[in-house]
Amino acid sequence: MTAYNTIAFDPSRCESCNNCDACITACAQIKSGTDDPLHSRIKIVAGINGNQPELALCRQCGDPECTKSCPSTSLTKNEQTGIIDWNKSLCIDCLLCTVGCTYGGITYNMTLKHVAKCDMCDGDPACVKACPTGALTYLTSANIFNEQHEREDLFVPGLSACQGCNSEMIMRHSLRKVGPDTVLATPPGCIPGMGSVGFNGTTGTKVPVFHPLLTNTASMLAGLKKQYNRMGRKVTAMALAGDGGAGDVGFQSLSGAAERNEQILFIVVDNEGYMNTGMQASGSTSYGSWTTTTPVGTEMKGKPTNQKNLAMIMMNHNCEYVATASTAFVEDYYEKLDKALEASERGFAYLHIYSPCPTGWRFPSSQTIEVCRKGVETNFAPLWEYERGGELQFTHSIDNPLPVEAYLNLSGKYRHVNEQQLAHIQQEVNDRVKTLKRFAGLN
Amino acid sequence: MNQTHYLIAGASHAGLEAVHRIRLIDETASITVITRDAQLPYSPTILPYVVSGQSEPDRVVLRNADYFKSQDVNLITGNELIAIDEAAQQVTLKSGEQWHYEKLLLATGADPIIPPIPGLSETPFHVLRTMQDAINLRTHAGNAKTAIVLGAGLIGMHGAENLRHAGLDVSIVEMCDQVLPGYFDNQAASVIEVAFNSNGIHMLMGSGVVKVEPLESGCQATLENGQTVQADLLLVATGVKPKLDYLKGTSIQIDQGILVDRTMRTDAANIWAAGDVAQAADFYKDEKVMMGILPNAVTQGAIAAMDMAEDEALQPYSGGVPINTYTFFGQQAISVGQSVADEQTETLSRVDDDNQSYLKILLKDNQLQGISSINEEMDAGIMWQLILRKIDLTPVKDAFIAQPLETGRALMSSTWR
Ligand SMILES: Cc1cc2nc3c(=O)[nH]c(=O)nc-3n(C[C@H](O)[C@H](O)[C@H](O)COP(=O)(O)OP(=O)(O)OC[C@H]3O[C@@H](n4cnc5c(N)ncnc54)[C@H](O)[C@@H]3O)c2cc1C
Ligand code: SF4
Ligand code: SF4
Repeated sequence: MTAYNTIAFDPSRCESCNNCDACITACAQIKSGTDDPLHSRIKIVAGINGNQPELALCRQCGDPECTKSCPSTSLTKNEQTGIIDWNKSLCIDCLLCTVGCTYGGITYNMTLKHVAKCDMCDGDPACVKACPTGALTYLTSANIFNEQHEREDLFVPGLSACQGCNSEMIMRHSLRKVGPDTVLATPPGCIPGMGSVGFNGTTGTKVPVFHPLLTNTASMLAGLKKQYNRMGRKVTAMALAGDGGAGDVGFQSLSGAAERNEQILFIVVDNEGYMNTGMQASGSTSYGSWTTTTPVGTEMKGKPTNQKNLAMIMMNHNCEYVATASTAFVEDYYEKLDKALEASERGFAYLHIYSPCPTGWRFPSSQTIEVCRKGVETNFAPLWEYERGGELQFTHSIDNPLPVEAYLNLSGKYRHVNEQQLAHIQQEVNDRVKTLKRFAGLN
Repeated sequence: MNQTHYLIAGASHAGLEAVHRIRLIDETASITVITRDAQLPYSPTILPYVVSGQSEPDRVVLRNADYFKSQDVNLITGNELIAIDEAAQQVTLKSGEQWHYEKLLLATGADPIIPPIPGLSETPFHVLRTMQDAINLRTHAGNAKTAIVLGAGLIGMHGAENLRHAGLDVSIVEMCDQVLPGYFDNQAASVIEVAFNSNGIHMLMGSGVVKVEPLESGCQATLENGQTVQADLLLVATGVKPKLDYLKGTSIQIDQGILVDRTMRTDAANIWAAGDVAQAADFYKDEKVMMGILPNAVTQGAIAAMDMAEDEALQPYSGGVPINTYTFFGQQAISVGQSVADEQTETLSRVDDDNQSYLKILLKDNQLQGISSINEEMDAGIMWQLILRKIDLTPVKDAFIAQPLETGRALMSSTWR
């Protein structure tokens, strides 16, 4: 089985271009050398009664109907690229493919007197490059599946995470890539709570795993790693910790290990609070968030203080490698995980992954990735990396962010936020970006 | 005795889609496919292009030997199902071979009707349904100068155009007053007829053939109106009808084809039928109809297979909707659904005389009943779905009438996301 690259469409961004038709013109140009929209294989159509725009474009279906209706074998799914290839020399212009397709993906071109369809420009789609708003994107994350799915998932099936849990996804992805030569620490939090350390002598993880105290995760791992080094065994010492376990209760050991530049891969899954014990606030909980310890009432309106930015704090330890990541940008995460793994051979590597929590933040479990995405796109959770001695680098553009409401509106924990609080949060986001920019040498 | 779990008679659109669907959820059970043809599967729709030389027989193979191997399917070519013993769950092939099955799909398609015209049985003539028919016709056309085509249905029209492309002087003889009766309304039919005429095809309309006789080389046909036509070759294309001799002695009920329910089951246990051989529910009326079109063969093949393989995603057949995308001499006539208005339909049409294009929309209760066009861009698949899903067009009616293409695309895109 193979996964394929795809062109993704975000109608909310498309709306903002006011029918610029840049994609249509770019497609017409590359396919015909003219601006005539007739030659474009991508069509943006106005939404129904003022709704967001809609897209007519070949979906390069997994089980394509067009090929089944084709009597001439002109249409075939290319196993390598996933694209439905059309072979002109075989086509008899019967138009039966247009009966099979329900998306307007293959259409008759009156001038060419043939059907035409999107071929994704041999992996470099012109429409995507032309799109000024980012409504069209070329997603290549399929490669991750192709490269990784042969590797073993090192957590057992059936962990009892909540539906839509981002943390479970992070754990499984991360350990699968880091591999079996690992000793894993999971301090108290959702990660062991869902069964990864096991119960009654059983284990939920297929690598050696232990359950340190909240306070001593980094120091225990440091000791284990030293012992493995002494034995001459190459083992990755890895932590999967929550934000509370890392930044509040366990901070002294974390800070110490980072200062000593211990060879540790320390991954923080930041869901902004102590979620498995009943959604209490942590130092990472953002300003205005509802939690059970920062309730919404006549006096208090959610958390009154700003969150502390643990990733920036760790950068200031001058670790070998520090980066932020999000599961909505999984290719970016995989690259960072590679770098962090390599850096952890030399010294301390720290990854901070934003991990919106459907249960504690109150959004539908189907929206996890969307919340992650909006976090990044509003600059609430900017993506960057830092290598020892270097400058901070943004790995996702911080220019033209969406207003922060686009992120806040998705989660129930911000539902009560008033104008004043909103302005505060927006200011906070702007200030943080400004600070980060200084570290990046931009200003 | 040979054993197979799934036995599929017919290796064309219905049968092949069935194989695909079965394998999607059942990777291991044995599948055996039997086809009458000596060669690997091909589509009957391609045959006129084989006649003209545009398509080469070895380049239009729908599934090659590797496919059957990779799917672990046993393909038996050049053999024929001739009898079924439903109680014993076994069939007999022409070769004498017997096969025991758990589930049997009849997807044997249709065969040309040979009309009872006096003299026809003594006159050499062609039909066009199998690859061998096409190769014979092509060979004959290579040393013929003139041709008569009996019947202006889809096969006759495609056949005539391609014989013309092969360089022959062609006459079409049709009993009805219009070409493609039942497929297009008379307005579309007349545009098509004009195109045929102006491309040098003699359209002899409204008069049946009363007699055919062989000549020294070729034949002569005498029409009802007394006119006679002579030609080097004769193509009979007066319709198709399934050959159902193999059902003798079974409990399977037939009318014009094999009667099936909405999951393509016949009256006999463990036996399904799909494609041109089947007579299944109509979309519009409470009756069972013969469809005889390729997309429908695919749909029915899929449904039969999903039922046979007990696929839980099975949705019962929503009924046949006639669909024709007909290209002729570089023009297109498309008709999806009902093409002729009745008292209950609201008809909206737009005609553009210069371009020879037209568009007609039939609505009932603000739901699309049918849409047909000539030389207009049209997404037939989207229109088909709008009809099948009975999408309420009330909120978009004006937009749909003004711009059916764009509105249809927006509607389908929004239901997709
Ligand atoms: C010239 C021509 C042009 C056409 N143009 C169009 C068009 O433009 N649009 C459209 O929608 N449709 C068109 N059609 C119709 C379309 O081809 C059919 O609807 C479609 O092929 C039906 O598929 P099927 O699988 O039901 O049967 P068929 O394609 O007829 O296949 C029947 C299969 O069964 C096998 N078989 C037959 N009898 C037996 C037996 N006793 N035992 C074992 N195997 C047997 C045959 O070898 C074959 O493999 C055209 C048909 C023709 C002939
Ligand atoms: S043309 Fe249509 S049916 Fe074919 S792959 Fe593209 S979207 Fe799917
Ligand atoms: S128009 Fe060409 S590609 Fe489309 S179904 Fe017909 S032969 Fe195949």
